[in-house]
Amino acid sequence: MVERVVTGAHYGLRDWLAQRITAVIMAVYTVILLVVLVGGVPITYPVWKDLFAQGWMRVATLLFAASLAWHAWVGMRDILMDYVKPAGARLALQVAVLLAIAGYLGWTVQILWR
Amino acid sequence: MANATIRKPRPKYLSLTALLFEIRLPLPGWVSILHRISGLLLFFAVVWLLFMLDRSLASEAGFESVRRYTGLPLVRISLLVLIWAYCHHFCAGIRFLFLDLDKGGDLAAARLTSVIVLVASLGLTAWLGYKLW
Repeated sequence: MVERVVTGAHYGLRDWLAQRITAVIMAVYTVILLVVLVGGVPITYPVWKDLFAQGWMRVATLLFAASLAWHAWVGMRDILMDYVKPAGARLALQVAVLLAIAGYLGWTVQILWR
Repeated sequence: MANATIRKPRPKYLSLTALLFEIRLPLPGWVSILHRISGLLLFFAVVWLLFMLDRSLASEAGFESVRRYTGLPLVRISLLVLIWAYCHHFCAGIRFLFLDLDKGGDLAAARLTSVIVLVASLGLTAWLGYKLW
């Protein structure tokens, strides 16, 4: 009989696949941002502000943040499953991670659409 | 049972000295554990990076204060560590994606790509550090 742990994985392909897809999305964003930052004009406040004022940049950054949130959740959950064995402690830490990620996402939206 | 006497003593228990001095990770193992450590580090660093992004976009004065802040030696070293963590996580992640596609799984290729990941992430860190400052 398979012993199912409520704080374990979902025994499926979804998160495994999501981690890889989000990784590719973040990699593409990273390369684009790097080209803009390193290849372009020197970054002054007007340049920086204008960059994040553009619609495509806001959406791309939000997409990056959402990918990061999902990716970080899978990664942190894997780490907690490997090293924290008592179910109660693991659940508490998983909740803390989820709250932190939700906070990160909310803050990102606030920064982007101010 | 003739060769039982020359067998190594079993079971062998993991101890701190064994972990530190007797068991040596192969190169792909280093890439793997550093991928995990760098990921953990980046997770905790997001709050700090968001703080700086927030300040830098809020106003001209905020932008200048972040610029001064990132000039402090301790901040600069911390940022370089994070840049390394990002580069390593990036390069090792690409390697893992190729492993998922069954590419580079044999011993020679696995060792070679591990060296490439370790060297490339350090090289990228140096280049980005140079570009930033």
